[in-house]
Amino acid sequence: MTSEKIQPLLEEQEFSINMGPQHPSTHGVLRLMLKLQGEMVREVKPQLGYIHRGIEKMCEKLTYPQIIHLTDRLDYLSAHILNEAVCLNVEKALEIEIPDRVKYIRTILDELNRIASHQLWWCAFGMDLGALTTFFYGLRDREKILDIFEETCGARLLLSYNVPGGLMFDIHPNFQKRTKEFLKYFRKKLPEYDALLTGNPIMQQRTIGIGYFSKEDAINFGLSGPSGRASGFSCDVRVHHPYSGYPFAKFNEILFTEGDTFHRYKARIAEMWESMNIIEQLIDNIPEGDFAVKMKPVIKLPEGEYYQRVEAARGEFGVYIVSDGNKTPFRMKFRSPNFCNLAALHKMSVDHKIADLVAISGSLDLIVPDMDR
Amino acid sequence: MKFDIYDFSSFTNSIDKGLMANMSPFWAVTIEMIIIGVAILGFYAVVGLYLVYAERKICAFMQCRVGPNRVGPYGFFQTIADLIKLLLKELIPIKNADKILFNIAPFIVIIASFMAIAAIPFAKGLHALDFNIGVFYVMAVSSMGVIGILIAGWSSNNKYSLIGAMRSGAQIVSYELSVGLSLITIVILAGSLQFSTIVEGQRNGWFIFTGHIPAIIAFLVFLVASTAETNRGPFDLAEAESELTAGFHTEYSGIKFAFFFLAEYMNMFIVASIAATVFLGGWMPFHIGGWEAFNGIMDFIPPFVWYVGKTAFVIFLMMWFKWTFPRLRIDQLLTLEWKYLLPINLFNIILMAFIVLMGWHF
Repeated sequence: MTSEKIQPLLEEQEFSINMGPQHPSTHGVLRLMLKLQGEMVREVKPQLGYIHRGIEKMCEKLTYPQIIHLTDRLDYLSAHILNEAVCLNVEKALEIEIPDRVKYIRTILDELNRIASHQLWWCAFGMDLGALTTFFYGLRDREKILDIFEETCGARLLLSYNVPGGLMFDIHPNFQKRTKEFLKYFRKKLPEYDALLTGNPIMQQRTIGIGYFSKEDAINFGLSGPSGRASGFSCDVRVHHPYSGYPFAKFNEILFTEGDTFHRYKARIAEMWESMNIIEQLIDNIPEGDFAVKMKPVIKLPEGEYYQRVEAARGEFGVYIVSDGNKTPFRMKFRSPNFCNLAALHKMSVDHKIADLVAISGSLDLIVPDMDR
Repeated sequence: MKFDIYDFSSFTNSIDKGLMANMSPFWAVTIEMIIIGVAILGFYAVVGLYLVYAERKICAFMQCRVGPNRVGPYGFFQTIADLIKLLLKELIPIKNADKILFNIAPFIVIIASFMAIAAIPFAKGLHALDFNIGVFYVMAVSSMGVIGILIAGWSSNNKYSLIGAMRSGAQIVSYELSVGLSLITIVILAGSLQFSTIVEGQRNGWFIFTGHIPAIIAFLVFLVASTAETNRGPFDLAEAESELTAGFHTEYSGIKFAFFFLAEYMNMFIVASIAATVFLGGWMPFHIGGWEAFNGIMDFIPPFVWYVGKTAFVIFLMMWFKWTFPRLRIDQLLTLEWKYLLPINLFNIILMAFIVLMGWHF
């Protein structure tokens, strides 16, 4: 054999493989086209389009109260926060003053939703690392939050509880009691998460120093949410642009500088503690008052462009509305955190092993319907 | 003190004598072999099915669930229903697969574990194959299974399968060493490779107690290494679900998949049996040298119960850490073996040899 014949053979050792759209650890229909050299990942090319529904285009045909129900279908795990983004934007455009009661309730539900989302992320992250028991511990506790949601508004996952001008109806009389019960329960259960997974030497070996992402890169890639803050990028919308009830609560922004998979993990665990602090400050002080402002039956935004950002469980979620004065938006655009976070996946996981890629994509907490609107 | 009320050899000998008296030696031996084969096959299937059931129940309790509870009382017939389902399922032919190798692979895996089970002493006299290199034989036969896994991964024409098979190859070749060396540590203490002699040698105390420090180290190493050798979590890299979908058996369906599945559980049973036999005394009751009355009482519990209890204990340990730990990465797995377990093992052998030489064991 001549050397010319050997050369292409050696090049062929780099082979491509499709991870997804049906794969246990892509959490939905994310398709990653990988170039592998043995176990090493040389290239990650995410392919979207498997769950594209054209939601932004659909919004142009719908009225604002109807659009709220579509935002549920983006990041379904932080549905309430996304609903709120649209409501806040409409309220800002119409310059309506919202009662404090609504602000408090919205914020408490936001934080409950964030805890529920992080719990499910913790379940799935454990599964990605091969620790199968985490899944049931997380779901066990998440169930309590979903029960609170169910009692409050009838829905467990896609709440659609917000309407422009306030809430669809008042909270259930049990709401405060049950939320406090949950906090008491979960303060005991969260250390279990650390005992089962965080302190495990195998888990630490698998994640510490893996998928490093610097602060500059995080800013350049627009990484947001706990993933961005683990790299030291201070990007918490709740702190920098407070909305709803956040000005009434005192809390810290979770910041790490290490920027590896383990600290993205720790940032989320720490956020659960911080969310519980926020709820605890607000839950006893919900003021009396109306649960909604009386709105006109047909909401028409004045001509102009409006943007509202909120902190969803996975990062900064923005709603951009261009209105021409009609009851439907002229153009609509969502800034979804997952789409930007996904862009970082290649840079994080290149020259790591396949198992690391799974851990890294787990630590980014990707939700496919949110990237692929 | 010796109570031989539970000795199976008189029973087996009487069958042998009866057959020999009635027919020519050739036919007698043939019939004996068939009886043993059928008995082991039945045992194999039942144990395999109920290990699956046990695993599902145990993991359910660890995960705040109930586990199977619909088919029969406490879901006792769930795995039998599963088996029927797997038997009736379509065997999907794979395009561009190497047909012959693809079909052979599950049989190689299951034959390897089937052969290993023959050498395990279940109780006194209940032992299909008792020859002077028993430990060596089990080691040799049980490592044949990896050939089946490699063939399965290669012939499926699937990249995930291939990666899984290659991982499995690297893993088993490495961990075979630790399994072998930790068994050799005990062989030094027992002075024999024959299982029946090893068990008899534990009449005055199980080796894990009589061999104290090196025996305990060897037991722990064996537990880790044998879990890795059977491809079970946290070392289940060959079928790492979250990375490789199902690894080497991705393309297998129906009863062929069931073969891999059954072989995995039986391999776990085999290594647990060996751990129980070599370290925990096999069917030998809990004896303390010199305490004749105590030993006499312990002898009333049938040896088979002792054997099953010890094996179940080891299996429970293996299930326990499967359902608790995350999975290792392939390079960490090999680091663990070559940089930690192997040096510990070699040192441990020297320590054991020294202790045996000085007579410092009990």
